[in-house]
Amino acid sequence: MLGFLVRRGVAAVLMLAIVSFVTFSIFFLIPRAMGQTPEGMATRYVGRDATPAAIQAAVKRLHLDDPILVQYGRFAAGIVVGVDYSLGPRKAECPAPCFGFSFNNNQPVWPTLMDRLPATISLAAGAAVIWLFAGVSIGVISALRRGSAVDRSAMTIALAGVSLPIYFTGLVALAVFAYALGIFPGGGSYYPITQDPRQWFQALVLPWISLAFLYAALYARLTRAGMLETMGEDYIRTARAKGLPERTVVTKHALRATLTPILTIFGLDLGLLLGGAVLTESTFSIPGIGKLVIDAIRGNDLPVVLGVTLFAALFIVLANLIVDVLYAVVDPRVRVT
Amino acid sequence: MRKTRSLALTALGASLALALAACGGTAGGGPQQPAATGGGQQPAAAAAKHNDGYTKVVNPSDKAGGTLKFALSDEPDSMDPGNTYYAFNWNFTRLYARALLTYEPAPGDAGLKLVPDLAEGLGEASADGKTWTYKLKKGIKYEDGTEVKAIDVKNAIARSNFTEELTDGPKYFAEYLDAGEYKGPYKDKDLANFTGVETPDDYTIVFKLKAPFSEFDFLVANPQSAPVPQAKDTGLDYEKTVLSTGPYKIESHEVGKQFNLVKNDQWDASTDPTRKQLPDRIEVQFKQDANDIDNRLLAGQLQVDLGGTGVQPAARGKIVADEKLKDSTDNPYTPFNRYMMISTQVKPFDNIECRKAIQYAVDKVATQAPWGGPLGGDIGSTLMTPTTVGYQAYNLFETPENKGDQAKAKEHLTACGQPSGFETNIAVRGDRTKEVQVAEAVQAALAKVGIKATIKKYPSGDWSAQYAGKPEFVHANNLGLMIAGWGADWPSGFGFLSQIVDGRFIKASGNYNMMELNDKAVNDLLDKGIQTTDPAERNKIWAEVDKKVMESAAFVPFVYEKTLIYRPANLTNVYVHPAYGMYDYTWLGLSQ
Repeated sequence: MLGFLVRRGVAAVLMLAIVSFVTFSIFFLIPRAMGQTPEGMATRYVGRDATPAAIQAAVKRLHLDDPILVQYGRFAAGIVVGVDYSLGPRKAECPAPCFGFSFNNNQPVWPTLMDRLPATISLAAGAAVIWLFAGVSIGVISALRRGSAVDRSAMTIALAGVSLPIYFTGLVALAVFAYALGIFPGGGSYYPITQDPRQWFQALVLPWISLAFLYAALYARLTRAGMLETMGEDYIRTARAKGLPERTVVTKHALRATLTPILTIFGLDLGLLLGGAVLTESTFSIPGIGKLVIDAIRGNDLPVVLGVTLFAALFIVLANLIVDVLYAVVDPRVRVT
Repeated sequence: MRKTRSLALTALGASLALALAACGGTAGGGPQQPAATGGGQQPAAAAAKHNDGYTKVVNPSDKAGGTLKFALSDEPDSMDPGNTYYAFNWNFTRLYARALLTYEPAPGDAGLKLVPDLAEGLGEASADGKTWTYKLKKGIKYEDGTEVKAIDVKNAIARSNFTEELTDGPKYFAEYLDAGEYKGPYKDKDLANFTGVETPDDYTIVFKLKAPFSEFDFLVANPQSAPVPQAKDTGLDYEKTVLSTGPYKIESHEVGKQFNLVKNDQWDASTDPTRKQLPDRIEVQFKQDANDIDNRLLAGQLQVDLGGTGVQPAARGKIVADEKLKDSTDNPYTPFNRYMMISTQVKPFDNIECRKAIQYAVDKVATQAPWGGPLGGDIGSTLMTPTTVGYQAYNLFETPENKGDQAKAKEHLTACGQPSGFETNIAVRGDRTKEVQVAEAVQAALAKVGIKATIKKYPSGDWSAQYAGKPEFVHANNLGLMIAGWGADWPSGFGFLSQIVDGRFIKASGNYNMMELNDKAVNDLLDKGIQTTDPAERNKIWAEVDKKVMESAAFVPFVYEKTLIYRPANLTNVYVHPAYGMYDYTWLGLSQ
């Protein structure tokens, strides 16, 4: 187990290094290759009335005239040892892991990510609980009552859930439940759980349900298909022949086998969401990682985009690792070595 | 020019009076007494009508308390009064930062009058117009109880205009002050070396200019003259800890996310007749979904869209279809003129007849449509907008119903030696949907007279630095026509015109005079105007400049932009301040 973890850890670090270099190149090397000058890049981060001297100062401050490898080296070194940044009369420290400073608002990226992470975790975790519970339950019921009205209705709703984008279901949910009926607060009402747990819960109900609707539909269809396949296996027949109660057959034998692929996709989905649920966070104005990155992309705020990309990659890698370990727990045939 | 980046201290001027007459209202003036609509405990919006906030104070009330909620779809460049160029922020920062001068808090013409804020009176100019002196009111305190001193104003000017770090605000003081090779307070901490501003005593500030500048009072009404003690100046981080002189002080500022203000107990209303201190708290959320902001406004969950640029198309449609909702809106002019510039250096537009052909060929009703039709703006025929002091209405290139005159266009094409038309390019900011639609409307109109125009889209981020604002690029790429917009930084003809028509401002990059018009008569008039101390005379000169540029046929005005602002029922003391083109944020309160 330890060897497995060390190997996967090394691979994860290598993967993150590659992701960081590729992302860095996309934002810094390609524009340079396309003829963009350091001054041209700097003009985005100074005011409208900036003098050539101010633009040059911005080039120096942001190190845009250094060779790309030097710039990347400085960025990578910052993650390990931190960097300082001039704010004018004094310098700001950005201790490791420093993902750089936002070009637009002069804030260090790492604390910003840490500030936004709780909102994203709140959203992703709550939605994940709902969609996993609802999706798997509906999938199992549909499979056990194949062809019934319940099955057909559930699968029709599931098809709608998969087909409807979050910016549709989210907006409809807001329009109906927040603005017309006033049952839940509207967009921008998120509060950290540490400040106001009640407001936190109320503000997240609609985003949770909207996000979970999409995923639950997908999971219901996957679970149903998996269950139908598993229920036809010989060992299920054997279990029934042994006289085991149907409940035990379904939950202990069939569902457990069905869950393995579900778990794989759940890990990836959760990892992706922890890297930012862009559409949901934007629709409900939740100040999470996804909202941060979409705003950074719109504002050409490259250090933030780079930071979020790495952060999201880290979650994907971690989620995969955890899923691999969990395989062994869920499926006795799997051994982590 | 990016709309939100330019501050527009708009003047409503004579045109406002016309607009008011058209609305059947009466021009407001002065801090309003309850002759205005609503009042007391009544829900004012029930009685208020469309555009009432444009002409009078809606729902006047002295009721204090509550939390006033603002939201913004973006984030500001900075909340530091010395480092911001957003129109709304020049309005909003007054809640915690007092400048030397400000504008009379009143709708209509009265709101265009400069009045003292931290200063005892308006500036006293020397005989040669190159020295401007202001006296500070005594006993004005920061939130920490220390007194405001003249040296703090000097530091504020130095840091906002002479440092490499604070790049977001305008640099007018650096341009006009006689400061030699001053390096700014971050490189040279001894403020005595900043010779552009002198402080002979704790309450006197003397500005030394390179040349006479008769509109200097307008410059010190910008928030960059709000004092900043050198010891408290943390540079780019100061936006989190601005030391307040206004009725509110910063409670917390999470950059790009949330900004909260609470009452400043050191603020003395007797020294500040221009602001109110009604809500207990003021909260601002940044980076909120634009359509959701409108929904929250309509649902009463939010009071103000901080940007002040009006509701989105979705909400606009809903409002227009519902008279009751429409009564809760105002439709003021923004400071912006939306137009097309014709390069006088790109063939065949070096020939004025070809430029005139364009003037007659364009269909201005079609170019108005992308802005939202009449609610989005009036069709333009001049450079200055109706809300700029000095504006005079005229139309040198009239066409039937503003839809173009193909016969006249063809006459001018013949005179230009291009009877069967020619090929050219239209440059446009590709990520600005409305401007692209305007370019398409121009393209369609020109095609009718045989001019084949190809639309070239460029990113707005580098529009001025790399593309339309770079003459070398314009010439090399044959960009004859360029779709753009402009708003004034202060409410005068000079504030509007100087950057876009002065031939001496044609820059190798970052150029806004995209016509590359370098007319000595225009340049001389601008010089004459800025040295003219009599406002009436000066305004005549700005009108003359306007006409001279239109005579060159290089400027094709499309729309004097307007916005549709929603006025929630529970908001009190609401009126459109003419200097900002949006509600006066320092007057707002809550009825419940």
